[in-house]
Amino acid sequence: MSPKTLYDKIWDAHLAHEAEDGTCLLYIDRHLVHEVTSPQAFEGLRMAGRSVRAPDKTIAVPDHNVPTTLDRANAATMTEDSRVQVEALDKNAKDFGIHYYPVSDVRQGIVHIVGPEQGWTLPGMTVVCGDSHTATHGAFGALAHGIGTSEVEHVLATQTLIQKKSKNMKVEITGKLRPGVTAKDITLSVIGETGTAGGTGYVIEYCGEAIRDLSMEGRMTVCNMAIEGGARAGLIAPDEKTFAYCMGRPQAPKGAEWEAAVAYWKTLFTDEGAHFDKVVTIKGEDIAPVVTWGTSPEDVLPITATVPAAADFEGGKVGAAQRSLDYMDLTPGTPLSDIVIDTVFIGSCTNGRIEDLRAAAAILKGKKIAVSRAMVVPGSGLVRAQAEEEGLADIFKDAGFEWRLAGCSMCLAMNPDQLAPGERCAATSNRNFEGRQGRGGRTHLMSPQMAAAAAITGKLTDVREMM
Amino acid sequence: MEKFTTLSGIAAPMPLVNIDTDMIIPKQFLKTIKRSGLGANLFDEMRFTLDGDEIPEFILNQPAYRAAQILVAGDNFGCGSSREHAPWAIADFGIRCVISTSFADIFYSNCFKNGILPIVLPEDQRDALMKDAEKGANARIEVDLEAQTVTSSDGEVFSFEVDTFKKHCLLNGLDDIGLTMEKAASIDTFEAQASAARPWV
Repeated sequence: MSPKTLYDKIWDAHLAHEAEDGTCLLYIDRHLVHEVTSPQAFEGLRMAGRSVRAPDKTIAVPDHNVPTTLDRANAATMTEDSRVQVEALDKNAKDFGIHYYPVSDVRQGIVHIVGPEQGWTLPGMTVVCGDSHTATHGAFGALAHGIGTSEVEHVLATQTLIQKKSKNMKVEITGKLRPGVTAKDITLSVIGETGTAGGTGYVIEYCGEAIRDLSMEGRMTVCNMAIEGGARAGLIAPDEKTFAYCMGRPQAPKGAEWEAAVAYWKTLFTDEGAHFDKVVTIKGEDIAPVVTWGTSPEDVLPITATVPAAADFEGGKVGAAQRSLDYMDLTPGTPLSDIVIDTVFIGSCTNGRIEDLRAAAAILKGKKIAVSRAMVVPGSGLVRAQAEEEGLADIFKDAGFEWRLAGCSMCLAMNPDQLAPGERCAATSNRNFEGRQGRGGRTHLMSPQMAAAAAITGKLTDVREMM
Repeated sequence: MEKFTTLSGIAAPMPLVNIDTDMIIPKQFLKTIKRSGLGANLFDEMRFTLDGDEIPEFILNQPAYRAAQILVAGDNFGCGSSREHAPWAIADFGIRCVISTSFADIFYSNCFKNGILPIVLPEDQRDALMKDAEKGANARIEVDLEAQTVTSSDGEVFSFEVDTFKKHCLLNGLDDIGLTMEKAASIDTFEAQASAARPWV
């Protein structure tokens, strides 16, 4: 038998049908659903008189649109259209009999944080959701990717997805990371190297010592942004850290079933000699704490660099870089560490987990913010509760941060958590697109540590100077 | 789904690279629970001022391109989120075809579910069509899905590749859920085998 990649193995184990033209039906083990990309899909089912084929494998939670202010139990805090969307999910979850964590449930949170936290996400599974950051779940060695609403409807009705197999890409991060360098710096640096279309047509497997050394939280951060590199999915082979994370979670197998599952999970690795269509290797020691300067996640530079000029680029990127510089109101040659920040946002499916909050709090302890506003939005109600128990919430509040309830919040700014035109934000989220955090808002992406450092100085800051 | 067979229409040039789904349809318009009516907000923040007035320089506000049915775009069109509101907005505006050197994976797939044909061409051919599109309303580009060709206003013909199954569905306006349900027996068999092999799933 020819050697297989991890992706090949998961693909083969989920191939329900293959047509003569190579079109495949991939069986889906977990379907995560949120309020923004699902109402039209459920409506489609109703109109066609169809039911949800596997309600026990379908899990819904509202996250994109929900307020994160402490008074959100009061329905009046939501705009009419947001309320209608969340109520539609309430109703659809009930009518179709799927698992549901409503806003009032302490387990509610960002769908990609809730899935792993509750043990829905396990190694070797196929996981889909009508959200591009589904790639997050690849950290468990699960094949996980975002789908559109028509595909949401297709999975609800058939528990399969029509797919053609992607190509295999290996991203190896060798050696050790230097102090102050995090999973976020790895994933941003990879995108900086390959570009936002570098992974198009591929599933990426991240490997190497620096990836192995990451916690599960860090691995989720790396895989989360595989989509920003254009890849369909990101994967990391499961290991003892993965099993330890999964063990005892509410939806994880127990007893003899757990033993059988672990035995199977241990077969989930890329065989020696398996073929990769593309290989990218980066030395861990070469990665610095980075920030983005422009309006594409590929606009990545070490914090020690200066703002580039449009002329530094080639082809279509020249015009795009100039447009970014204008939008971001930046002058080429300015040291990145001179850029003054108005706002700090810590949260999102990229960096809203407990470890992210611990890392930011470690920098903030005993300090005060020098920005006009700063907020922490925990990724789930359980992350929030744990952070309160560990005293992290007090550190944030004492520093001057707002301590919010769980949701997607200012990552995509669908709820009232938005930037004003011209407002400049140090954000731990995943996209710095024009208008992403609010029309005219200016986003610099970075790690939680770097965002905390920026909050203290009021400028983009090299966190290593504070360690 | 609306069929796509042939199209002869005005093409609007959008040479910007990495046009993302937040540009195509900003998040404030994702609060709808319907698929229709999003064309009014296509490219909203590029197309309108904060007060809602048209920005005259924006390509689709220019008289020659207001009725464009084709976009010729910079590399990596449709990157970003999975929101199908992006193709819904494009189709609702009246655009049925987007031509670029590359598309983001999820956006590309979403187009085919909504009667939109995304065409991938090499850079030189895309650039030739970009120049053609810049000529304005008199320069109509023709697309023939069956023949897999794009013809410029000068009669230059470019061939493109498209997946056989996706082409079949688009040419005939087929609902792929119905097609998959015809294979229910295969899914049942697979499900029973997988459930025995991996009972914890």
